[in-house]
Formats: sequence, C-alpha cells, structure tokens
Amino acid sequence: MTYTANFRVWRGIGGEGELQDYTVEVNEGEVVLDVIHRIQATQEPDLGVRWNCKAGKCGSCSAEINGKPRLMCMTRMNTFEEGAPVTVTPMRTFPVIRDLVTDVSFNYEKGRQVPAFSPPKDLKPGDFRMQQKDVERSQEFRKCIECFLCTNTCHAVRDHEENVKFFAGPRVLMRTAELDMHPLDTLDRRRMAQDELGLGYCNITKCCTEVCPEHIHITDNALIPLKERVADLKYDPLRWLGNKIRVRGKDD
Amino acid sequence: MSQITKLQFDVIVVGAGGAGLRAAIAAREAGKKTAILSKSLFGKAHTVMAEGGIAASMGNVNSNDNWKVHFCDTMRGGKFLNHYRMAELHAKEAPDRVWELEAWGALFDRTPDGKISQRNFGGHEYPRLAHVGDRTGLEMIRTLQQRVVALQQQDKAEFGDYDAMIQVFAETSVSHVFVSGEGADRKVSGAFAYARGTGDFIVFEAPSVILATGGIGKSFKVTSNSWEYTGDGHSMALISGGSLVNMEFVQFHPTGMVWPLSVKGILVTESVRGDGGVLTNSEGRRFMFDYIPDVFKAQYAKTEEEADRWYTDPDNNKRPPELLPRDEVARAINTEVKAGRGSPHGGVFLDVSKRLPADVIRAKLPSMWHQFKELADVDITLEPMEVGPTCHYVMGGIEVDPDTQQAVGVKGLYAAGESSGGMHGSNRLGGNSLSDLLVFGKRAGDAAAEYASAAGPVTLSDAEIAAAETAAMAPFSNAGGENPYAIQQELQQMMNDYVGIIRTEDELKQALVEIEKFKERAARVGVKGTRQYNPAWHIALDLPHQLVVSECIARAALGREESRGGHTRDDFAKMSPEWRQVNLICYAEGTGVRVEKQALPTIPQELVSLFDSSELSKYMTQAELDSIAQGTA
Repeated sequence: MTYTANFRVWRGIGGEGELQDYTVEVNEGEVVLDVIHRIQATQEPDLGVRWNCKAGKCGSCSAEINGKPRLMCMTRMNTFEEGAPVTVTPMRTFPVIRDLVTDVSFNYEKGRQVPAFSPPKDLKPGDFRMQQKDVERSQEFRKCIECFLCTNTCHAVRDHEENVKFFAGPRVLMRTAELDMHPLDTLDRRRMAQDELGLGYCNITKCCTEVCPEHIHITDNALIPLKERVADLKYDPLRWLGNKIRVRGKDD
Repeated sequence: MSQITKLQFDVIVVGAGGAGLRAAIAAREAGKKTAILSKSLFGKAHTVMAEGGIAASMGNVNSNDNWKVHFCDTMRGGKFLNHYRMAELHAKEAPDRVWELEAWGALFDRTPDGKISQRNFGGHEYPRLAHVGDRTGLEMIRTLQQRVVALQQQDKAEFGDYDAMIQVFAETSVSHVFVSGEGADRKVSGAFAYARGTGDFIVFEAPSVILATGGIGKSFKVTSNSWEYTGDGHSMALISGGSLVNMEFVQFHPTGMVWPLSVKGILVTESVRGDGGVLTNSEGRRFMFDYIPDVFKAQYAKTEEEADRWYTDPDNNKRPPELLPRDEVARAINTEVKAGRGSPHGGVFLDVSKRLPADVIRAKLPSMWHQFKELADVDITLEPMEVGPTCHYVMGGIEVDPDTQQAVGVKGLYAAGESSGGMHGSNRLGGNSLSDLLVFGKRAGDAAAEYASAAGPVTLSDAEIAAAETAAMAPFSNAGGENPYAIQQELQQMMNDYVGIIRTEDELKQALVEIEKFKERAARVGVKGTRQYNPAWHIALDLPHQLVVSECIARAALGREESRGGHTRDDFAKMSPEWRQVNLICYAEGTGVRVEKQALPTIPQELVSLFDSSELSKYMTQAELDSIAQGTA
C-alpha cells in the first residue's frame, strides 16, 4: 500500500536549473500530481507546478514523466515499478518559467490569429439548425483541453526552435480544422492554414495523437483532412485556371 | 516601493470563468476598456469542470416547458429562500444566453430536428439542460474564450492592437480591492494584483470592478472544487464594505468519487442519474424511495416500475427519486452510509451499467467513463460506481441588487456567478449554475459599463498602493513561520468535521473556536524563496480569505435554527416557515464577522400565483398564505 518513492524533479528558474532528488511517501491509488503536492506541502513549499482540476479536464498539469509527455493528474503511480526513480521535468518545447511551469503563451498568440467562427450574417441566434452527425466531427476537436502536450511533442518544433515562427502546432491547426468542418461556418481558412500557420510542416507522424490525453485523432481526423482540403485548393487545375482568368472569386 | 506597473481600465473583471468572461464580453461590447484577471491560464477556470449542462427552458425536447415552469422549479429547489427577482430574470433570460453561445460557435448535442438537445436533471420538471456529452462546461468556457478572441480580432482590425479594448491577464491574482469613501459614498477604485509568473505587482485603476471569483470549496477537505476556490472574492467584497447573504447554505453534491483516496471528492455528474443511473445500498435496495420528503411527494414516483416508465413516458409517469434536488440525495446517501449500508469505500453504488448499453454510456457519459477507467480502474459500462457527497457549491455569496448585480453597500463593485448570492436560495438545482453565470455575468457587465461611463476614471494614491504591497509582501518577512500548506489542510479537515453536511450547535461553536486559533496561526505564516510562481506565497495570501468565509459559514449556520436545503441541523431537523422569511447577512467587524437577520423580499402576486396554494402551505406561514389569498402579497 504505502511506500517510499524516489522522485527526481527539475527545479530552476528560466533556463537555469537541475534535477533534484526527493524521497517521498506514496499511497494506494495516487497519481504523480499527488506526490508532487506532497513534496510541496512537506519539503519544498515553493516548488512551482501548474494545476487546477486534478481530473483530466482542464489541461493545466502537463509535464514530462520519465521523458513521456503526460498530464500529472492522470498518471497513476501504480504504472511505475516501486522504488524505481520517477523523473518529472517541464514540457521541453516551451520556455520554463519556474520548476515544472512553462510559458505556453505561444499557443494563445498563434490561436488568436485564426479567424473566429463566422455564421451566415442573416442567421439569428435560436434559428441555428444542425444535425448531430454533422456536428460530431468538430465536436471531437472541441474535446481539446488545451494541455498543449501535442504541440510540445511535435518534432517540427520540439527539436527545431527555429520553426516556431512558422508553425502554429497541432492544437491551433486542429482548431482551424474544427472551424473548417463546422456546418455553419462561412470562412475559408485553408490558405491561412498553409501560409500562416505552417500546416506544411506537419508530416503526419502522429506523435501528437499518441500523447493526446483526450484521445482525439488529431492527425487522422483533423490535420490530414485539412491538408487534403488545402491540396484541393492549391493543385486543382480548374480552380487554378479559374483564379487566373478571374472567373472565380478568391479561394471560393 | 519596488517597481509597480499601473494600468487604467473602465471595467476590470476578477475571474475568467463563465460569469467573468460573459461579464467582460458585455462590458467590451458596451464600448468599455476591459481587463480580465485570471488566477489560472485563460480557459482553465473551474467552469471547465461543469459536466451536465445549462438549464434553459427552450422547450426543444418537451414543448410544455417555459420560463414560468423553470422559475417554479428553481424556487422549489431553493426551498423558497431564493431572491424571487433573480430566479425570475434567470428563468426568462437563460434561453437567449444559450442561443447566443451557439451563435459564437458552441456545438451542443442536437435533437433529431436539428435544435439544441436538452436532458433531464434533478429538480427540473422537463428535459431542460443544453449539453455536450458530459463536458458542457468545457464547451461553454471555450466558446466564451473564443468570443473574447473574436472581439480582440475586431479590435486588431480597428485599432491595430488585439488588446486595445479587452485584455486578458492570465495567471494574475488579485489580493486587494481598493475602495474609498464611507457610507453611501463608498465606492470602488481598482484592484491590486500580482503576476504569478514574474511575481511583479500590477495596480489596476478602474471605476468598476466585477468579482467573478467562484466559490469556497477549498475550505473543505472533500470537495469537487479546484485550488482556486478559496472564497477570495467573497472575502474581498466583505472587507470592502459589502455583505454576504445565505452563507450557511453549502451544496454537498451527492455523487463524488470516494475511491481511490487521491480522487475522493471529484465530481460524478448528475447526468448519470438523469440518463437512467440508479442508487443502491449494500443490500441492493434502491433506497431513494425511502427518502422522498413530504414537500416533493406529489412530484416523484412511488414505485420502481413507475420510475422506470418515466424515462420513456414522462408525460404519464412521475420521475424517479434519484432525481430529487441535490440536498435531498446527499442527505440520503449520508444516512445510508452512517446506518452501515454503504459500499466498501464508504459511499453507495451508482449503477448505469445495467440500465444502458455500453455504447450508449460511452456516447452520453464519455468523460465519466474515461475518469473512472483511468483513475479508479472501474469500467462503468460493466460495474457500478462508488459515490458519496462532496462539497460542490456555495449558494451564499455577495449580496447584490438583482437587476444590476451591484454589491450592496459599495458603488462600482459587482458580483456574478457563484461569488454572488441570492439566486439559488438554500439549494441550487443542477444546470442552473451555468445559466446563472451567463445571465448575471451579462447583467453585471452591462451595469458595470454603464456605471463606469457615469463615474469616469479614478486614480489611486501612492499610500494606498504601498499599503497593499506591504500586505502582499508580509509572508516573506516571516521566513521561519507557520507552513501555509499545513494550516490550509488542517482548516479543511476541521470544516469537514464541524461544518459539514450535518451540523449541530456544539460542533459549530467548536468550529468558531478553532477558526480563532487558525487566525492566530495564519498571522504567523511564513514563506521562503522568490515571488516567481511561488505557490506557498499564494496560499499564504489566500488563507485569510478562507478563514473569513469559513467564519461566515459557521456563524450563519449557528444562527439558522432550522434545516433547509444545503443547511442541515441535527438539533433543528425541521424546516420552519418563520425562518423562510429570514436571510442571514454577514458583515465584516473587527477581525471577524457579524451576522444580522434581514427580511426576505415578498414574492409579488403574479409570481407567487404560479404555485398551488397547497404547495405554498408547505413553506409559508399562515399570515403569508392569508395575504396571498387576499391578493395583497
């Protein structure tokens, strides 16, 4: 039931810091976040950790546990061998603020560039009609809890800081796909997805899908369909010709 | 004085949950420069945890529904202690607030004819809750978050700056609300905050401050609430010269997880029961049939057969008693467990596995399935859950004007959502919280914007700012002092033990003694390290707030000598018609809290006539009934 675990937790401010060792009690049924809280309450009161709901619903407590991007509140201690060290480090892709807390503002800045939902101008609130099967595609993406583990994991930015300027990451691209699939949205965000959000940097290795705590099929259901729609826009010869001779409006 | 950033706004909103965001949207749409201050990241507020849905009488599933039925259900659920005007506004305006969310991009589950689907919930006569599976709160917060972004995009196009008219200060925590003047001239002048990431102080000068800070659950050990729920808004309003109403009424949600201990208290949505889940004890008995109180006998099924028929034929059968209001179900579970008929880990069984096919359960209750699978190794499509009461919501809150949400006693101070009081009376119905956030968030934002136009800009003196800074820094000058985590945990245990679901005079008095000891310890609390993202410092600053609200709850609970809704006295077990006419109001006094009785407003004839006189007679005094009969109410 109760045992003593060896935790190695990254401590530091900004880029400067190191792993520190803690021996700490673990009880039956606990998750990594419980153990981090016990270290805070009994050994290191100023240990920085971001968390809210402790039930996998808010996406605040993202970190890397033994190198794997996870939510601390959904990682049960009984998935580790008793006595083996458990290493907890901040998400690698984002700058560290302090200890396990990272600066994820990048995601909000990129997200703000995606034009908002635009229903038909003459459609009044209360008059929206949509079928369940038509909303389900976007509903899957709206399960996203914005833990940003997907973007943290995506190798396009994880190992290539220089790409951050050009690539918005899976979360923001999935938001674009979500709006694209909304039955009553009127905007076309395909060119933006490609040119401004860097959809082309995604080479569908599905790392994002693997780490998604909500089990959203980010690659298969959001990013690949979005890529197909962009390809349709860019490489459809009739559309190309239509645009050239100005028969068609832009991107319609 | 260290370097402090000073910013000017028309309206500042403290809290970025449903009420805060809706208020901020309203203020910005009214043309006011608005700031949103959030303890957490944008989109993480506690609203995200709401599961079941938003109550609004759109009548999409049962066309008999309308605002009057919703109003009656709300008053009944609150045992007629609600402020009638808030319950009326809420019932009337909730549908528009839901439809508006849809126009901002929310994707609710649908009816076959393409409208917003609505589900059954405890205390609601008709299927009324707009929902998205069991993650409605996430949908709501994301939609409001995205609406804020949409407005920022408009401002970027017009002014070249996303933050020109509405700016989000994420992870920025308010420690003090500035006020000036006395008596009728008392008014707000801004707020003092610190940015958690840097530890730097920010002063917000503003004529309007909206407190949308949520609840108080973190003063109890077993709770569904997150760390943010420390009652800081309640406390700051009180300290600023405002008052709190109905603080004795704390909702213990009947179904929280009970095992493993690490997740004890985490919410199990009422939708499980709304969609057919039943409660049984260790003997396999559906015990809720034994706990239907007299006031609800007319509305609930007497047999399992009738209850089961209701799911498919609600017009000709009465609803199952599992769907009684939350206070009734929580007390029943508590009684069963105390009588030795509990489940192995001290709860009761909630079973949906024998009632619905596995694929339907996974479609309707996806996050419950996920939560139990991942945190408790329980597959709810195959086996029952173990559940028990958990501190979930405070009906009490900042006393406000029902139409504008302006705090009584302080001009320019507004409150909306859980931090305000009156709307839910002694017990809140499930689903009425999300609609409350929207209806009164908007009203607060509108009124705060109007007031800001009339009041004009304000400035704060260096002395006021320096005092707020000194108070915020105090825990660092006490480096060897008391451990804030220890005090908080002991307070939570004490409140659970003495001010919990069943209360007695002796235990409440003991709680007040303990609170005085905690106050002394909190004054000696010490924090080490730097200001940057230091959670110990944060708790140290929150502790005084937690103690203020804990004292309000204990004092009001001691004062109210009856049992009603979220306040159960073992020594005054009956509901009293005389006490229904009384609200208990808390005021700050010295280092503590004073409680005063105040008469409830009289429900006007056109609203009270919506109820049968036989129903009213269960709640009201003969004198009241006589005046209603004579049409003089």
